[in-house]
Amino acid sequence: MSTTLDPVQTQAAANGAAGNGVHPAPAYEPNMVLATRAYDVVGTRPVRHDGADKVTGRALYGADKQMAGLLQGFVLRSPHAHAKIVSIDTSKAEALDGVFAVVTADDLPPAKDKIVDVGEGDTRLAYVHGNVLAKGKTLYKGHAVAAVAATNVHVAEQAAKLIDVKYATLGSSMTAPEAMSSGAALLHDDLKTMEYGQPTDKASNVAQHFQWKIGDSDEGFAKADVVVERTFDTATVHQGYIEPHNATALWNNDGRVHIWTSTQGAFVVRDVTATILEIPVSQIKVTPMEIGGGFGGKIPVYLEPVAALLSKKTGRPVKLVMTRADVLEGTGPTPGSHVSVKIGAVNGGKITAMQGNLAYEAGAYPGSFVAPGGMCIFAAYACENVTVDCYDVVVNKPSSAAYRAPGATQAAFAAEQVIDEIAGKLGIDPIDFRLQNAAKEGSRRVDGPKFRRIGCVEVLEAMQRHPHYGAPLAGPNCGRGVAVGFWFNVGLESSCTLSVNSDGTVNLIEGSTDIGGTRTSIAMQAAEVLGIPAEDINPQVVDTDSVGYTSVTGGSRTTFATGWAAHDAAQKIVDEMKVRAAKLLEADAAGVTHEKGVYSAAGKSVSFREIAAQASRTGGPISASATVKPRGVGGSYAGNIVDVAVDPETGKVDILRFTAVQDVGKAVHPSYVEGQMQGGSAQGIGWALNEEYFMGADGGMQNNTLLDYRMPTALDLPMIDTCIVEVANPGHPYGVRGVGEANIVPPPAAIANAIQNAVGRRLQRLPMNPPAVWQAVANGN
Amino acid sequence: MHWVDYQRPESLDAALQAFAANAGNAKALAGGTDLLVQMRAGRCASGVLVDIKNIPELNEMSYSPEQGLTLGAAVPCYRIYGDKTVSAAYPALIDAVSIIGGTQIQGRASVGGNLCNAAPSADVVPVLIALGVVCKVTSAGGTREIAAEDFCVAPGKNALAAGELLVSLHFPPPALQSGARYIRFIPRNEMDIAVAGAGVSVTLADGRFSAARVALASVAPTPLFAREAGEALVGRPVHAASIAKAAAAAKAAAKPIDDMRGTAAYRRNLCAVLTRRALEDAVARAGGKL
Repeated sequence: MSTTLDPVQTQAAANGAAGNGVHPAPAYEPNMVLATRAYDVVGTRPVRHDGADKVTGRALYGADKQMAGLLQGFVLRSPHAHAKIVSIDTSKAEALDGVFAVVTADDLPPAKDKIVDVGEGDTRLAYVHGNVLAKGKTLYKGHAVAAVAATNVHVAEQAAKLIDVKYATLGSSMTAPEAMSSGAALLHDDLKTMEYGQPTDKASNVAQHFQWKIGDSDEGFAKADVVVERTFDTATVHQGYIEPHNATALWNNDGRVHIWTSTQGAFVVRDVTATILEIPVSQIKVTPMEIGGGFGGKIPVYLEPVAALLSKKTGRPVKLVMTRADVLEGTGPTPGSHVSVKIGAVNGGKITAMQGNLAYEAGAYPGSFVAPGGMCIFAAYACENVTVDCYDVVVNKPSSAAYRAPGATQAAFAAEQVIDEIAGKLGIDPIDFRLQNAAKEGSRRVDGPKFRRIGCVEVLEAMQRHPHYGAPLAGPNCGRGVAVGFWFNVGLESSCTLSVNSDGTVNLIEGSTDIGGTRTSIAMQAAEVLGIPAEDINPQVVDTDSVGYTSVTGGSRTTFATGWAAHDAAQKIVDEMKVRAAKLLEADAAGVTHEKGVYSAAGKSVSFREIAAQASRTGGPISASATVKPRGVGGSYAGNIVDVAVDPETGKVDILRFTAVQDVGKAVHPSYVEGQMQGGSAQGIGWALNEEYFMGADGGMQNNTLLDYRMPTALDLPMIDTCIVEVANPGHPYGVRGVGEANIVPPPAAIANAIQNAVGRRLQRLPMNPPAVWQAVANGN
Repeated sequence: MHWVDYQRPESLDAALQAFAANAGNAKALAGGTDLLVQMRAGRCASGVLVDIKNIPELNEMSYSPEQGLTLGAAVPCYRIYGDKTVSAAYPALIDAVSIIGGTQIQGRASVGGNLCNAAPSADVVPVLIALGVVCKVTSAGGTREIAAEDFCVAPGKNALAAGELLVSLHFPPPALQSGARYIRFIPRNEMDIAVAGAGVSVTLADGRFSAARVALASVAPTPLFAREAGEALVGRPVHAASIAKAAAAAKAAAKPIDDMRGTAAYRRNLCAVLTRRALEDAVARAGGKL
């Protein structure tokens, strides 16, 4: 069981294979696992524990929350992209029959000048405050200005229209290049550029400019036989989760606040809401409801403090639920970007220098994820001379939030097209070219760290060997493209408690929002240690009063880190079981061995189930908790092979075939890993082809419905074939890497490369929608 | 959303009375797939909804090879494409009614409603224009007929006067050696609104076009009857060169704008491409060969 096999040499049996050992598979199949190691539970595909509730509609989501005396709220939002708030008169709204309370930013405690942790990074408290309810100025169309609580949502909406807000409109800055230009309208009077980590006195929309550098790029470009430099732009896009944001709050008479919400991190909601409202964290209990998608967008706090304030004012529970337009205009999309990439290589194919210049649109407040974009942009390549400049730019759009591998997709769209172009100029197969320069263990990333064991080479080799790569193209105007991408894995903090029931099952308590089937993937890791079936574990995600601190479900960390906490808690249970077994076997505890749920000593044995049944006779209930802050994170590489058909007369691009390859370390539950790969690919295809915040001349989003904000439908996607590559992460007990995000990084670049291959035009702006592709074909780029 | 009164008359007379009694404040409710969305968005202030789905005349669907098709204004899409005879006689109508919304929408949405909603992007209207459909309109004062191409007068505005109700649509019987087709362009493959659309009909005789009509969606304030495009074909041989002339005429007739669904230049290009493709298919349906 301890042998590590080369993942590409070994094609293990994949779908539904649940047994021990490595089974040679005869041929590639659409969904395949190139497995390293087999376990009893890890790597199998049990039915998910929350499946019945989800498919029968019994699972309770945020908007399902009902309770006696519940009021409904409505949030009034700014109609202007940038405006001074001259005055707010709420008297007419408050006088309307059925209205219980109105709140504005004046009802929030004044924001202290401090830095707060908002789940996936730190920011100034004033920015969090300002985004929850605008104070003094509105910075984007959709910015929350006031909120009403009333007997029902229709009355609340009617009342909100009676709030008289006087605005003085201001000039706006809508894109990064525009906001960076001299004379641009400034969003924040007190924002001074941080240059190379040092404060300056430059009043600007550029919150930060920093640079990473290894070697000497000028020298590297001088050595190159081929140098390609191009500039790329990407539009603002939204995560597009189906469930709108919601929050229900009850500010109790004893001063305790209870919040029900769908969030990626109940503890982050607790902590940020407590900070905003200036009450101790212990006074807030957050109950996480089921979540209908998040992708990073359900980490920030929007409605929770507002619902709490309305409840405090009314003495009644208050529910707020966003409309779809609120979600698109008032929550955090991913930044639009403006990226230049220059790469040089010698004729043999070795890359001699790489240079990137990334300007990302943070939206209304600093924090655009340009830093991870800069870290990831060349992370697939080992190069001695690399320079990356990053600019975090505020613009009059909604404050951006994390979106699945935040910042990396924009970067890969630029870098992977230039890589493709150079490979073409050198006459080298694009995968060979990438393999020749691929990052490996020991390669240095531009921001400093050296990679530990990574699977970039293995992913590229799997792509090259995949039958898709050699298959003939379908016909004229068809093309094939490839691209790869990288994303991190974070550790953060997780807690888990296990309690053994007398019938031999185990209750598992954890605090990680289950977005991708993590109840099961966490339970499986405990089951593996305990030597019992996954079905004998009963995992539950509980409120913040009932489990140890647990960070957000983000950074692809939940199966990795909360699974690790479950693993550690299960080890403690095994240790205690050995003590109990010793009593039952009348043996010395030190001599008890455990294998697959059977405890043995001196030729006798007793099962997990029997020990559980006898617990009260051998010392009482058996329970254990573990907390982790793991460091052995494993980043993940993903690659795509994409075939497209372009209609040159209409510019429409159809995805004919799509293969997603990813190094996942160890697929705990391969079906959910495949789901992540397919989901990231689907979102990447939408981002590539049609999704876009279409901004009007007034600085507002014109397509604020799902009719005109075009995410792909089922008929727009082919079957997305998956190929799981397992290069075990040496930092995790089961070799797990974070798998949720890297899969969205390569699709737009791979599709752009396929379009280039099909019609000989290189698209340098997202989305590559029909008018853009038609224009490129008609105009010769 | 505001409160509304709901009425469900069971006869044409009762419906006309309801409209007369609530002049200017009543809206006809058929499938509601446009109206209810507009009400939720605050774009329709009517205080009374008159449900017309229980009026016999508005649910009529009768066809004969001699008389053609009479289609009640409230007949939902699914009944039309579920009828084999109607589907065989008017395949272009089926082209349109089977791509409006999704399956659930097609269970409710009606051709009459699509016409009365008067959206420039309406998928059914170019087909009605191409097929020479005549609309029967009734009020307490009497009945009149309006040609399909005259029915929509501005974005969201139709030719009905206050108190008038669209009762039915009359499709002429398909001529010998005739064929028709509707094609739209959408960026996705379903659940979308036409960036441009082309509805065409042709009649062939002795290797030439003896009649032809072309209408366009989403390239003008109303669904556009591109009369010149059809006239460009009449008398000419059934040949790609003739079709190219008609496509160019359609492109010239279009008056598109730039918006979030496409640029004017892109839409003009689509008019030519879609008209050509629709005419090629219509010729094939007419039994002709290019």
